[in-house]
Amino acid sequence: MEQVIINGAILSANYALIALGLTLIFGIMNVLNFAHGQMFMIGGLVVYWVCAVYGMPYGVGLAAAAVSVGVIGMAMEKGLFQRVMGSAGREENSMLLAVGTAFLLENAALYLFGEKQRGIPPMVQGVYRIGNAFLPANRLVVFVVSLLLIAAVLSFVYYTRTGRAMRALAQDRTATTLMGVEVGRISMFGFGLGAALAATAGALLISVSGVNAGIGTAISTKAFIMIMIGGAGVIGGALLGAIVLGFAEAIGYALFPGSVTYLIIFVALIAFLLVRPQGIMGKPWG
Amino acid sequence: MAKSIPAVSLPGSGRLLDGTRGLLAIVLLAVFLYAVIPLVFSGRAYWFNVMTNAALLSFASLGVWITFAIGRVNIGQGAFALLGGYTSAILSTTYGLSFWLCLPISALAAGLAGFLIGWPLLRLRGIYFAMVTLSLTEAVRLLFLNTLGASGGGILNIPRPAGLSTPLAFYLFAATLLLAGYLAVWRLANSRIGWVFRSMRENEELTMSIGIDIARYRVLAFVLCSAMGGVAGACFAALQQNIYPATYTVSDSINFMLYCFLGGLDYALGPIVGAFGLIMAFELLRSIQEYQALLYGVLMIVVMLFLPNGLLSIGALLRRGAR
Repeated sequence: MEQVIINGAILSANYALIALGLTLIFGIMNVLNFAHGQMFMIGGLVVYWVCAVYGMPYGVGLAAAAVSVGVIGMAMEKGLFQRVMGSAGREENSMLLAVGTAFLLENAALYLFGEKQRGIPPMVQGVYRIGNAFLPANRLVVFVVSLLLIAAVLSFVYYTRTGRAMRALAQDRTATTLMGVEVGRISMFGFGLGAALAATAGALLISVSGVNAGIGTAISTKAFIMIMIGGAGVIGGALLGAIVLGFAEAIGYALFPGSVTYLIIFVALIAFLLVRPQGIMGKPWG
Repeated sequence: MAKSIPAVSLPGSGRLLDGTRGLLAIVLLAVFLYAVIPLVFSGRAYWFNVMTNAALLSFASLGVWITFAIGRVNIGQGAFALLGGYTSAILSTTYGLSFWLCLPISALAAGLAGFLIGWPLLRLRGIYFAMVTLSLTEAVRLLFLNTLGASGGGILNIPRPAGLSTPLAFYLFAATLLLAGYLAVWRLANSRIGWVFRSMRENEELTMSIGIDIARYRVLAFVLCSAMGGVAGACFAALQQNIYPATYTVSDSINFMLYCFLGGLDYALGPIVGAFGLIMAFELLRSIQEYQALLYGVLMIVVMLFLPNGLLSIGALLRRGAR
């Protein structure tokens, strides 16, 4: 039982980084970022490249992953999404663009890093024992770093000028433009921040479970589940969704064989959305 | 009545009423499917299999196009293709039923599932509907993986359909299926139902306010879509002679949606152009092996950047340029 709680808490903290990034991008841009899982994957592979191939310390890898994928995210927003959303006839067209970039990132990763499952050795050795449960020190580091990052992002979004502009943008794009906010710059920054969060999650998880170039779609699906549970575009909802999914997964894996867990999660999700279509905290048709 | 229609501000409203242009598209499609492809690829079994596959994927994407017509992004077509494929596979291997009987039964099974699932789910809109249908694809895959357990959920040795023993014969069957599907969808899009669909896409509340039962129309669209997915799945299982839970995954569901986007959402021909275009591009890029996948992604983004409303919007673009 203690083990399930520990596993659930670690998963939740990591998933929260993924969901937070996705919901930021959705809130600001109104784009469902299909490439989110691919950003996670590239974040992980950059760490592998920096730490395992070049032998640099883990902290450098983490920073490199966040910065490089953040820049990719900003470039995508500036070069692709802003252009296309200006000229597309239907809003859904931005979805194709997101899928296209997901393809591109996945194939670029395949080309650059190959298709092997990559992992790095744990950053710290040792195992703690709490009651009947075991907690590897490495996972504790992942957990603490995730929590710190979540706290940092939340205080950024809620207590800085740029963060306030981002929240305003999510609420009403036109009004925000009229208030003199540089919408283009804020959108670009928000997209980059969301991408960097996904990359950080990947960079943390590669030391626990490893990452391969094909993992993107599965991660995106998990991210979608989380924001469906919590409500798309709502920051609190993303955190709540991450906690629900993290614990559901930990409990499921303890009770059922392999893929039955996710079958149950999907069925429960569909049933839940019938009762509450906008998720726990979402605005209707937000 | 006819006079009031152009008042609806739709990019394609004038063209959709234009019967001759629609007929031209049908003739061109027929010539392409029955003359150009068989002549160009005559004697190459591999290419006929690729083209059969393209035709079946187009057929499933046509279904997705119908749900786009009511303004829903459907990423669940893989689920129904898998359902149709398994229905046909189980009936033909365990019960020895002929493929020609399995095919309509698969359509019915997928359509019925679409009805049962669609009725409640279609209350969702926007990205929620997109995400929940994506989850549905994964749920159905896991369902088959866990219920048909023993062999990893796969069914092998599905008999080939009677009368379709050569790749060419199978191709011609798939081409005919696609042409018939296109005719039906084109007719539907230009009928009263098609206009109801379009008005639902513009504004569901407004449509409801003039006395249209939108719940019935949207479930109709979804059932048609699901049934077409079921047919495509059943044919694909018969073509491959096997089916696995991984035959249709989330990526396939995304692809079905992608073909519609790529061809152009305003055109019933869109999914067909998108599917054939992408599949042929992918095969042609095969000669440059290592860059194949990379270029494929670049190609998709280039199309999106320069033709954000789909490949077929190039006509409208040129016309606007000439004016």
